[in-house]
Amino acid sequence: MTTPKIVADTSVIKTMRKLRIPQTERNRELSLLVLAFIVNIVMVLLVQLGATGAIDTTLVSLTATLAALVLGLHVCLRYVAPKADPLLLPIVSVLNGIGVAMIYRLDIAEGYTGWDAFSTRQIVWSAIAIIAAITVILVVRNHRVLFRYTYVFGFSAFVLLLLPLIPGLGRRVNGAQVWIGIGDVLTFQPGEVAKIALAIFFAGYLVRTRDSLSLVGRRFLGIQFPRLRDLGPIVVVWALSMGVIVFQRDLGTALLYFGMFTVMIYVATGRLSWVLIGLGLFGGGAAIASQSLTYVNGRFNNWLDAFSQEVYDAQGGSFQLLQGIFGLAHGGLVGTGLGQGRPAITPLAESDYIIASLGEELGLAGLFAILALYLVFVGRGIRVGFMDGDDFGKLLSLGLAFTVALQVFIMVGGVTRVIPLTGLTTPFLAAGGSSLVANWIIVALLLRVSDSAKPARNTEVSA
Amino acid sequence: MNKELRRVSVVVVAMFAALFMSTSVITVFQADSLAADPRNSRTLYDSYRTERGPILAGSEVIAQSVATGDRFAFQRQYPEAELYAAVTGYFNPTQGSSGIERSMNDLLSGTSNLQFLDEINRIISGQPPKGAAVQVTVDPAVQRAAFDALGDMSGSVVAIEPATGRILAMVSTPTYDPNALAGTDTQAVIGNYNALLEDEGDPLINRGIAGDLNPPGSTFKLVVATAAFESGEYAPETQLPNPASLTLPGTNTPVFNSGRGQCGGGGDTVSIADAIRYSCNIPFAELGLRLGDDAIRETAERYGFNESLSIPLSVESSVYPQVLDTPQTGLSSFGQSDVRATPLQMAMVSAGIANDGELMTPGLVDEVTGRNLEPLQTFEPSVLRTTSTPETAESITQAMIASVSSGAATNARIDGVSVAGKTGTAENGTGDPYTLWFTGFAPAEDPQVAVAVVIEDGGGRGQDGSGNALAAPVAKKVLEAVLNE
Repeated sequence: MTTPKIVADTSVIKTMRKLRIPQTERNRELSLLVLAFIVNIVMVLLVQLGATGAIDTTLVSLTATLAALVLGLHVCLRYVAPKADPLLLPIVSVLNGIGVAMIYRLDIAEGYTGWDAFSTRQIVWSAIAIIAAITVILVVRNHRVLFRYTYVFGFSAFVLLLLPLIPGLGRRVNGAQVWIGIGDVLTFQPGEVAKIALAIFFAGYLVRTRDSLSLVGRRFLGIQFPRLRDLGPIVVVWALSMGVIVFQRDLGTALLYFGMFTVMIYVATGRLSWVLIGLGLFGGGAAIASQSLTYVNGRFNNWLDAFSQEVYDAQGGSFQLLQGIFGLAHGGLVGTGLGQGRPAITPLAESDYIIASLGEELGLAGLFAILALYLVFVGRGIRVGFMDGDDFGKLLSLGLAFTVALQVFIMVGGVTRVIPLTGLTTPFLAAGGSSLVANWIIVALLLRVSDSAKPARNTEVSA
Repeated sequence: MNKELRRVSVVVVAMFAALFMSTSVITVFQADSLAADPRNSRTLYDSYRTERGPILAGSEVIAQSVATGDRFAFQRQYPEAELYAAVTGYFNPTQGSSGIERSMNDLLSGTSNLQFLDEINRIISGQPPKGAAVQVTVDPAVQRAAFDALGDMSGSVVAIEPATGRILAMVSTPTYDPNALAGTDTQAVIGNYNALLEDEGDPLINRGIAGDLNPPGSTFKLVVATAAFESGEYAPETQLPNPASLTLPGTNTPVFNSGRGQCGGGGDTVSIADAIRYSCNIPFAELGLRLGDDAIRETAERYGFNESLSIPLSVESSVYPQVLDTPQTGLSSFGQSDVRATPLQMAMVSAGIANDGELMTPGLVDEVTGRNLEPLQTFEPSVLRTTSTPETAESITQAMIASVSSGAATNARIDGVSVAGKTGTAENGTGDPYTLWFTGFAPAEDPQVAVAVVIEDGGGRGQDGSGNALAAPVAKKVLEAVLNE
């Protein structure tokens, strides 16, 4: 960044120079952010006009506060990651705002106010999440530091996953034992943070061992299969995922972890056999689970036979799923308009079914826009892998971006009956603090990796 | 690594393509069938948002929608609830409906095909949804006169304009308050509904057109007389045997005239005209036996028996049995045995006679007007059937006039107006209270209104009441209400 002409390089001069250098990426980000903030505030206003017919400035100012925090993150990026991808932050800002507006809309429908309101908690968690992202971007100045602690992250992920199973600390919510709580006040899903630790661990581990994983083995049916003893890692991850299914009763999280690992090992080794082994292992495990575990079996029934009256009436049956689908259908092509539908009829409309709620009021047009935002976000994450940079960074950003894609697929696909519905969160949209914090940290890491991956010559500026 | 990344990108795009497809399928291709799913409460809630059109009688609003401010948005209000209950029925968004509210629901709620253009206009101009207004044919003055005249008695009055078929009054007592069933508090509504169901007076039943139908008694003689005159073998002055009692072939129980004597002033024979005038059972039993049940059934069916009708409220069909043996034919000739009739049916008999043998299709809906006051549907008088020749109608009219002026129906007399009428006092079983009837029309030479009155449970007087004592005065009030306008 510094030019050779200046010898006496004080921090003051450095700062002044940084301010002087035209930061194309950051300026582009800023203009997109302004657009995102306008969208967010207008959505809140439309919700108020649509649902109550009056304007209440409290939530507008709270949304503006979040915008200010995002601006803070933007300013930090100008200093510590000026070449980071300019699309990531505006996309997640607008998604986060859409989520807040819809959750607020549901609060109005349910009559929740103050701290009882999901929207209030969502805004506070968003603030915490953005601050966490700022912290990560400030502390982790170089993502290669993370590579050094590969096994520490692996161990932490393991511990985080086990936390909810500790008696007294774990909480069971909607059947899944994935929460920890201190008293009744603070509850957290450590699995959300664990997925980041796992991504770092997988990336570090695979970069270290990929040669032995990819080069040795025998060919069978034209595909090179690994040696039996190299199957160790995938079996361990598989066992971990199955453990999540059996002990934490959380199908979605297991699918998420395993999908992330399979994709990362495939990209690291370039061996399709790993994908086949992975699909085989997980498919077999899921098949056995669907037969032997009643909750998994119920999920499959709800999926395949959603419209049968028997399944609809059953305890934990397809009632919620169908109400969500009715909501989507009610929205049609252009939606009922914000504040004018009836998304609150669907249970869990603010979390599992947030996408159905959005579909009802914003219509297919709105859903396509949201899905397109996710697609661009994931695309920008994968794009880092195509650029000049270290393999650890490439693998890490691929893993993180793919978890977002997979999570969107599992949730939207679950609500729209592409796959059985499992309880995950729709990233950035759904009500839930742990998910917000984890996903904003993912954004920070993607920003960090994308900043370093950018080839220097592309951003060279004349002083 | 790039090759693998590209493949992963393809997988990601495929995953999202699946989501684009699944959301499109649900929101567009399956939207209609999903909206029609009975478990989809959103469709139901949407219907609440519509301001149902009002129901009007004359210049009176008898049903209207008022804003509630809750999720139902509107609720029905009935200003003259008990007076018009038989006409309006009730409407509850979740618990059902009856009466005009039910049979005109698609127009009142704005979902009828007739309102399609209206609806498009509305969406473009951004107006709130609103249903059409239904103007009923009921005349408030006639309705009120009928309601007041019935008082505490259980029964019904139906009045028809003979020349058009317009129903001028339809009252059923005991009545109920539709407002009690229109509320949005579901539990309260269900409680009220169950209380009305258990009420011994059966207030929810519209006796004008449905319920446990009553035997028409002597009013049915009008139908038998029509059959006789139409056969060409009988005239008003045709003489019939006049014994004091008649044991029907194949039975041991004798049939008597009311009063247990001979018909009229006595003598060996009596004319058909006098048998109508004095309402004698024995001559009519003899006449019925001579005509046979097929001829009577054919005439009865021309008046509307054995046929259900939509006015557009659905009318239970009055009954002249399909198979009758000889004694049953005799008994049914004066409206006993298994003959059953609604007041609307008996009013139609009078209306047919009054309109020179042309029975007009009865109807309750005068006009339906859309949100911009454009007429969507108008009452078009139509002939239901020709019931007799004008000559037959005239002969029966003369006998009915005589019955009111100096016969068995004198309590329907109105000064200065010639009233044609026929009473009925039907037996329901040994010791059970009589069913009291009156049907007729006025003025006889230019009929403005045909009416039928039924009073159940003997009007509270057991077997002491008669059609002339209790039903004729009610009919008189109704006829006067029309003639005074």
